Amino acid sequence: MAKPKLALYWSAACGGCDVAVLDTNEKILDIANLVDIVLWPIAVDFKYHHIRAMADKSIDLCLFNGAIRSTEQEEIARLLRDKSKVMVAFGSCACLGGIPALANLTSREEIFQRVYREAPSNSNEAGTVPLTKTSVAEGELELPGLFDTVLQLAQVVSVEYFVPGCPPPVDLILKLVDLYATGKLPPAGAVIASEKTCCDECERTKEEKKITRIYRPHEIIPDPKKCLLEQGIICCGPATRGGCGLRCIKANMPCRGCFGPPPGVVDQGAKLVSAIASIYQADSEDDIKKMVEEIVDPAGTFYRFGMAESMLKRKVLRRSQGSVQDAKD
Amino acid sequence: MSFEPRIVGILCNWCSYTGADLAGTSRRKYAPNVRVVRVMCSGRVDPTFVLKAFEMGADGVLVCGCHPGDCHYQDGNKKTARRMPLLKKMLAQFGIEDGRVRLEWVSASEGDRFATIVNEMTEQLRALGPFRSNGGDGHG
Repeated sequence: MAKPKLALYWSAACGGCDVAVLDTNEKILDIANLVDIVLWPIAVDFKYHHIRAMADKSIDLCLFNGAIRSTEQEEIARLLRDKSKVMVAFGSCACLGGIPALANLTSREEIFQRVYREAPSNSNEAGTVPLTKTSVAEGELELPGLFDTVLQLAQVVSVEYFVPGCPPPVDLILKLVDLYATGKLPPAGAVIASEKTCCDECERTKEEKKITRIYRPHEIIPDPKKCLLEQGIICCGPATRGGCGLRCIKANMPCRGCFGPPPGVVDQGAKLVSAIASIYQADSEDDIKKMVEEIVDPAGTFYRFGMAESMLKRKVLRRSQGSVQDAKD
Repeated sequence: MSFEPRIVGILCNWCSYTGADLAGTSRRKYAPNVRVVRVMCSGRVDPTFVLKAFEMGADGVLVCGCHPGDCHYQDGNKKTARRMPLLKKMLAQFGIEDGRVRLEWVSASEGDRFATIVNEMTEQLRALGPFRSNGGDGHG
């Protein structure tokens, strides 16, 4: 019997998810024995045309990491969806938008302005910006177009399973492979992680949550036994799905929210606003003002990984007339 | 056609809802732009509710509770007093204007005050124009 076919793809991502697959160490050999890898841009030399030549649904499992923010990424996501039986959003970017989706607090125009014109390291007197089409003597050159809005995979194609994490922890990757190999995959739509919050799984000593100032991680060496929130450090544990193995907490760093909202929570950021404001002991207007000032970047802190997944999705986009090329509405 | 702002008013049962009721029973005329939702306490107003209202097409959200010290549940409104300013700071990062979310204390006897707040907010929103969240539809 032919081995099942596996595709791994990266779009708007840092490569960490691919490294996490390699972090399975010697188990990667078991995976390689179990399946035929048909696409894995970071490690294996297969091209898009190889995939295009395949029959629909001939890939058994596709692990797709990274958010979608360009026409190329969208095209490959659709291609892999057509060719795959089971599509897995692999890692926080594919599941929730991840760090790239913080770009939703700006726009393509602002990004181009900053990156190609204002950044101090630039030397771009001609004001060159990338164009999707450029004519040169040899013909027309094409580049993928960048979207204003960074999307999660499920906003582009249908997705069967979600494996969150920045990157997904090895035990969850192996769990997914095991569920797949033994034919025990849960109903489509399942998140392969815990059903509890990170806070619920945390073993630190928790007492009464009352704080009077916020410490940013570089301002304090936290007590490794005590709840980080109770020490005044913004920890996203109360509104973050567990199953991560508490990697950050065990390194004495607060939860940054990479597993996204727990079951039942619609908007991770809104819940964190609620949680942090509730425990901060501020009754006078001055104290409330102090609290608001101490939380320097609420959107970036509370939606660090979950912007595309959030209710607002992005900053309100105000188009300046005609300056954004081929924008899609 | 002129723009009629849609305001979602989330009012606490004990003071503000009764205050709004008083505005009605005293036949105080005020802008019909507010759609009132009654909650037991302004402390019940999860910031998610505010986002949900915007997601469903509200142009503004008005949250009203008992005056500080008057909370039926002792300190529900104290938590709201902290949550709303933090939420507003975050909403500003999303480009949502300050005037679109308003927190006010309205007691059961302040029907007139409730009417004035709704009138004021309606005019403010009229000036700001419709709220358009363009997240998530296609690529923006």
